[in-house]
Amino acid sequence: MSDMHAHSAAYVRTETLPELPPPASEAGVVKWMRENLFSSIPNSILTLVSIYVIYQVVTFVFPWIANGIWNTASLAECRTVLDGATGACFSVLSDRWNQLLFGFSYPPEHYWRPGLAFILLFVAAAPVMFFDLPRKLLIFTGIYPFLAFWLIWGGTIFTPLFALVGLIVGYIVYARFVKQSFAMGFFGGVVAALITWFIGGYITDAIAPAEPFLEAVQSRDMGGFMLNMILGVVCVSLSLPIGIVLALGRQSDMPIIKWICVVFIEFIRGVPLITLLFVANVVLAYFLPPGTSFDLILRVIIMITMFSAAYIAEVIRGGLAALPKGQYEAADSLGLDYAQAMRLIILPQALKISIPGIVNVAVGLFKDTTLVSVISMFDLVGMIRGPILSSTDWNGVYWELFMAASVLFFVVCYGISQYSQWLERRLATDHR
Amino acid sequence: MKKTVLFGALTVAGLAAGMASAATLDDVKARGSLNCGVTTGLVGFASPDANGVWDGFDVGVCRAVAAAIFGDPTAVEFVPTTGKTRFTALASGEIDMLARNTTWTFSRDVDLKFEFTGVNYYDGQGFLVPKDLGVSSAKDLDGATVCIQTGTTTELNLADFFRSNNISYDPVPIETNAEGQQQYLAGACDVYTTDASGLASTRAAFENPGDHVLLPEIISKEPLGPLVRHGDNDWGDVVRWTLNALITAEELGVTSANVSDLSAAPTDNPEVNRLLGTEGELGAMLGLEADWAKNAIAAGGNYGELFEKNIGENTPIGLARGLNAQWTEGGLIYSPPFR
Amino acid sequence: MTSITDPPQGSFRLSMLINDTRYRSYTFQFIALVALIGFMAYLGMNLVRNLTAAGLNISFDFLGDPAGYDINQRPIEYDSQSSHLRASTVGIINTLIVAFLACVTATIFGVIAGVLRLSNNWVVSKLMAIYVEMFRNVPVLIWIIIIFSIMTVSMPSPRAFRGDDPSSSMLFDAFAFTNRGVYIPKPVFDSGGWIVVAVFILSVIGIFAYRRYATKKLYATGQLLPTFWPTVAMFFVPVLLFYFILGRPITLEYPSLQGFNFKDGIQLRGSLIALWFALAIYTGAFIAENVRAGIQAISKGQTEAAASLGLRPGRIMNLVILPQALRVIIPPLISQYLNITKNSSLAIAVGYMDVTATLGGITLNQTGRAIEAVLLLMLFYLTISLLISAVMNVYNNSVKLKER
Repeated sequence: MSDMHAHSAAYVRTETLPELPPPASEAGVVKWMRENLFSSIPNSILTLVSIYVIYQVVTFVFPWIANGIWNTASLAECRTVLDGATGACFSVLSDRWNQLLFGFSYPPEHYWRPGLAFILLFVAAAPVMFFDLPRKLLIFTGIYPFLAFWLIWGGTIFTPLFALVGLIVGYIVYARFVKQSFAMGFFGGVVAALITWFIGGYITDAIAPAEPFLEAVQSRDMGGFMLNMILGVVCVSLSLPIGIVLALGRQSDMPIIKWICVVFIEFIRGVPLITLLFVANVVLAYFLPPGTSFDLILRVIIMITMFSAAYIAEVIRGGLAALPKGQYEAADSLGLDYAQAMRLIILPQALKISIPGIVNVAVGLFKDTTLVSVISMFDLVGMIRGPILSSTDWNGVYWELFMAASVLFFVVCYGISQYSQWLERRLATDHR
Repeated sequence: MKKTVLFGALTVAGLAAGMASAATLDDVKARGSLNCGVTTGLVGFASPDANGVWDGFDVGVCRAVAAAIFGDPTAVEFVPTTGKTRFTALASGEIDMLARNTTWTFSRDVDLKFEFTGVNYYDGQGFLVPKDLGVSSAKDLDGATVCIQTGTTTELNLADFFRSNNISYDPVPIETNAEGQQQYLAGACDVYTTDASGLASTRAAFENPGDHVLLPEIISKEPLGPLVRHGDNDWGDVVRWTLNALITAEELGVTSANVSDLSAAPTDNPEVNRLLGTEGELGAMLGLEADWAKNAIAAGGNYGELFEKNIGENTPIGLARGLNAQWTEGGLIYSPPFR
Repeated sequence: MTSITDPPQGSFRLSMLINDTRYRSYTFQFIALVALIGFMAYLGMNLVRNLTAAGLNISFDFLGDPAGYDINQRPIEYDSQSSHLRASTVGIINTLIVAFLACVTATIFGVIAGVLRLSNNWVVSKLMAIYVEMFRNVPVLIWIIIIFSIMTVSMPSPRAFRGDDPSSSMLFDAFAFTNRGVYIPKPVFDSGGWIVVAVFILSVIGIFAYRRYATKKLYATGQLLPTFWPTVAMFFVPVLLFYFILGRPITLEYPSLQGFNFKDGIQLRGSLIALWFALAIYTGAFIAENVRAGIQAISKGQTEAAASLGLRPGRIMNLVILPQALRVIIPPLISQYLNITKNSSLAIAVGYMDVTATLGGITLNQTGRAIEAVLLLMLFYLTISLLISAVMNVYNNSVKLKER
């Protein structure tokens, strides 16, 4: 039958056709464009407008960057080289790069010290950020603050050494007494640490060599992006423990403690950081014992730490509130006292929930460190607005400098927020 | 756990600052360096060069005081201050003296509790305008936009001047000289006003200084001088007489070039001898070495040398001595005698 | 907790203050209170000692003294002979002006960017993602300075408008963009002008009343009244009618170049625009993220359920998604408004005369009353933020899921 058919009807095909590609409008780039860019008339208009904007920006910015001049000594020279053509004078960056990073009074021969401290920061932060790394690395994290202090400020090594010793002594005392009562261990530890620091101060005075291995650098010589990094890292790390205490205090059922914490948190959160910096700059000195004078940088660290502690406390309070009540009840029913319950059950979970929020606060705080330029500290923005733009050579270079500043901040902040998102995804797994 | 950074820093600060006593001179000697407040950058008066070394007329005064105390003009920590922060920095003890073209006024002296130790520059508030604006007098500035630094006497003078001449203006407040320069050059304001010396210094930093003119009106008296905290008279004396030593040195012809010869042995002029410590005990009365004035003069030269080197007619700033000439030459610069 | 019997009553011993959980909290609170009072007393004592040493005192009398300085943006009557208190009031109003403008604009930017970022148009959503990331990750101070620099450096100065062959000219002879700010026409009200304004306000109220009536009718009877065209009609018709009947009582005063500057019209200062725009675009990026999170928080089932009921996409958004999303969006939105108000204190970087620049800036400098001025400044911001928090609490309570 089929044979017959094949012979009888010549128009019947005997072989199967090869597969045709799908219609051009339903495949590949065209389909993707039709679905994603031109699915409807308003969508198409939006696409065209966006492409036009991108085109404008790129044709404006690209030649400017590509024509950039990197090796002249002044703006006037750079303009001569450009000779009217569009182009950036990036030579201000190559000329003043070290000043942008370290400020203008950090001794140039010691630039490697903050540089090394910066690199070690990653090593120290790694075990905190990535849980898979061996826990032994945390020892380095513990040593890092003292090492970094010594590297950046220099001077005798005994000061940070005794600070570290005091901490260790405090911890040993704490570990010894905590079995009896948390309060006893805690206060005993604090007292022991204070005594060690006190004695250490005298010993340091006595044995400090006149010519320390690392030359001491004054706080007011700190500047540039380094100052932003110092303020950001120090204030965030200091404000974490304070924030936890404040959050616990606010959740506490002891009314006086609760109200102290509430008033503090709401007060700090209610005023702009800049007024707190004014306090650091012009008012705080009146509240210190007559005759003592703190460095401006130290006063600023105190105020920024208070500021971020209040915000972190609110984030952690959110984490505490998000924990099911059963967790608190379970801890109680195990017979744990308040300190144990918090330390072993509540805080580990609450902190884990709060990590993304804490990272957000940290990023915001790091950005806010630029405000110190308003009180005449030469951080990155202060360097640009002050010494560099007022110098005869570079008077009038705005875009290159601010672009560089934006890029530096963007890299750091974007990096941290990407990390936070990664962490969020990772921590989210065990909730499902 | 990182709390100790703070404590470490506190220890350092505590050890370095110590319990300061009422005597600033003792504190400075114990510290080994002088903390001197200067501007954040005004070419000729105080500005850091590309290496961060401070230089200028006000800086010269700081260095002279440091040299008088330590014999070392580099034993100074320069603390940049803005119009806003300068008085608090001084009042709180962050700086020992302020040499930042600060005008001596009644209320600063009496109400803010500071002690002006003399005048190192007699100034007055002027106006800088672009030549092509076609303005020849400040009274023609009705309706103009004026750039002005906040926190200075200049904004009060400006308000008074326009008010008394019954003309209007539009103030644009700015924080630092650098921003004023930026605004003025971009044409965001028609006029830039501050002390005439500051204007000359600012104009010197322009690409085409010739396109800008200073108007003839000087609308205020601005005696600029170093100041210290009220109540520590010994320290005030050190700063006051160091400045006077520089002035007297010019009057007596003692320069940085011949000061070491003149101080090697007593000369014929008894006042030079008293000044340079080869006769009498003036240094000991101040609590300093006998050769304090010699060191101060050797640091950057006498008053006239400092002036010529930093802001004089041969510098880009190009200020004439004018009121700031010695009294013997018709100016106001006059030091009480060293006796 | 092995024992279930109550501790024996009436035998209070001193050691129970530490060991008995019932009394221990009193001990802690007592210690905290004493420590706090001690700390405060310590600070206060230092303050008194420092002030006596410096021969100063705390006094708010300076607020009554003449300020002596001029302010360029004066929403209320002010000259250099007015008091410091009045100067601070001018500053407060200027703060509120820029905060209000920035809040409105930031909301617009944020909502547009947030919605577009969820669009299935690839180019648009990527562009919005770039906008959000770029602005969120760079300090607002840098943005304020950049936009201010664009204003002063890139815009022509009023001088460029002068002469027979000026290099710049005004837009429609009504708008002048200069580096001192933007000049726009100012409405001038004749005698009948206020009637037109009143009519306008009444018709806006009318629109709301009509819409409310329409919703009520929809819920009660299921009858859908048209809303769009009646709204448009009510918005324009009465106002235009009165405007022409009363003989055009509102005219525009155009800015024109006189002397050194443009005169007449309304001047939006460069510093105001820089601050306004920078705060709006920076905070807009944060609001965009809030809006996106809010919309994404509504489960897809809601959209599908609404669609299966036969609702059109526009109505799904208006009637189903938005009312639920707003509950998530508004609380963070209000705290962004709070941030804008606080960040407006950065005005000081561009010379905008807000309260930080008047009270916390020039007044502080001229009088040297640092403690008093900073204290008043903090009180002002604290009041504002407590007010905004109160509004937020009221709102949160009103939209709380009513569980029955």
